Amino acid sequence: MSTALRLSSHPGLSPHVRLAFDRVRERHVLLGPESVLVLNPTGAAVLKLCDGRRTVAEIVRELGRQYDRVVGDEVRDFLARLVANRCVEFGDD
Amino acid sequence: MTSPFGLLAELTYACPLHCAYCSNPLNLADYRDELSTAQWQRVLTEARELGVLQLHLSGGEPLQRRDIVEIVHSATDLGLYTNLITSALGLSRRRAEQLRAAGLGHVQISIQAAEAAESDRIAGTPSFERKLTAAHLVKELDWPLTLNVVLHRRNIDRVTDILRIAEELRADRVELANTQYYGWAWHNRSALLPSRPQIERAETTVRAARERLRERMEIVYVLPDYYGQYPKPCMGGWGQRQLTVAPNGDVLPCPAAHALPLPRASVHENSLAWIWEESPLFQRFRGTDWMPEPCRSCERRELDFGGCRCQAFQLTGDAARTDPVCHLSPDHGIVVEAVQAANEAARPREEELTPRPHPGRSV
Ligand SMILES: C[S@@+](CC[C@H](N)C(=O)[O-])C[C@H]1O[C@@H](n2cnc3c(N)ncnc32)[C@H](O)[C@@H]1O
Ligand code: SF4
Ligand code: SF4
Repeated sequence: MSTALRLSSHPGLSPHVRLAFDRVRERHVLLGPESVLVLNPTGAAVLKLCDGRRTVAEIVRELGRQYDRVVGDEVRDFLARLVANRCVEFGDD
Repeated sequence: MTSPFGLLAELTYACPLHCAYCSNPLNLADYRDELSTAQWQRVLTEARELGVLQLHLSGGEPLQRRDIVEIVHSATDLGLYTNLITSALGLSRRRAEQLRAAGLGHVQISIQAAEAAESDRIAGTPSFERKLTAAHLVKELDWPLTLNVVLHRRNIDRVTDILRIAEELRADRVELANTQYYGWAWHNRSALLPSRPQIERAETTVRAARERLRERMEIVYVLPDYYGQYPKPCMGGWGQRQLTVAPNGDVLPCPAAHALPLPRASVHENSLAWIWEESPLFQRFRGTDWMPEPCRSCERRELDFGGCRCQAFQLTGDAARTDPVCHLSPDHGIVVEAVQAANEAARPREEELTPRPHPGRSV
């Protein structure tokens, strides 16, 4: 398995985490074995697109339609951090 | 005030094991009157309304509760992520499958050492082989598996072997936690506290293993605070991120806080929201206003919150003092003395340990 997330990688949520909406905080949250991550709306939008089929490039493009300003590098950094935390996995091909 | 993220539900203090390092209270018999299923369900509902997202089911041995599947079911329905912290005794295939179906998210199994004879000796009961069987079952059912090992003088020289077992079991995480001296561990401290060379060897081993296993297994190593310069940020701050409910319904900022001379808070008398937000117990050490010097003017006060209140109380008799493990604490000499004793060449190799007894219970 390679470690670097590329624009051509297909990210997906690890089977050990759950993306949910927390009514108390009115935020999406990513729940995992040892972590709770409170997401901002953009973060939640990114993760909803991580289905293991779309590439990072496609996710960035799709977000560009929803938000005025989407920076590809920021999306990639965000996902790379989640890969490091084992919340996101990805395949390359 | 922030909402809590985690609830540690200590379902029962009943446990078939007798670990002398156990952090459970010494007065186990006072907790026989356990919350009922319906009372736990109410606590979970209130916890979710308060903002709790993660439920840690622990004890004692949580699998001693006959209603464990029902409790997990309710937690899942509420949207809580559930985490079972277990000795694995009682995790039969049938029970495991029921828990899986009920939505249990993660299983943490503790082992006491790297091989059966030593592990069973520390646990005070034959259990090692059953733990391995249960760990395989956890992987077979596609749960994330964490292996928990409490380190102390008797097993810390075997970290290499412990990590080898974790690797063989294909654990996703292994948590090597140096003993924290509460409850039975406090009682047995001098026999459990490792020497400095033991700690240094363990740390070298952990560093090398982390490098080698980076992609496959996360290794969490909880530092021994007696050997640190600064205390740990206990519970992420008093009443900041977590709360504990004890088997009898007592609510605490951390599982060791029952020992402090503070007003009680109980789910029998108040709502969880009131306890979190208003109770004198949770207010007592929240934030930084309560702090004495040297914490009050220290730049680390928002990083470690002055350390652990329970440890301060245990070592000095005053819960409002700087945690003596901090080298800036005026009471640091107490810790230095304990560390010196652990490093004396003339010590007997193995001092006697008092095993944690099995309490009776009413539920
Ligand atoms: C009190 S136990 C209860 C759950 C279960 N009986 C078990 O031992 O796995 C909860 C967790 O705390 C760990 N633990 C127990 N005593 C400890 C101590 N004195 N210091 C640090 N961790 C401790 C256990 O290994 C376990 O992972
Ligand atoms: S005696 Fe051991 S197994 Fe039982 S609660 Fe304590 S640490 Fe867990
Ligand atoms: S003096 Fe207090 S705040 Fe400063 S490092 Fe020590 S314990 Fe932490």
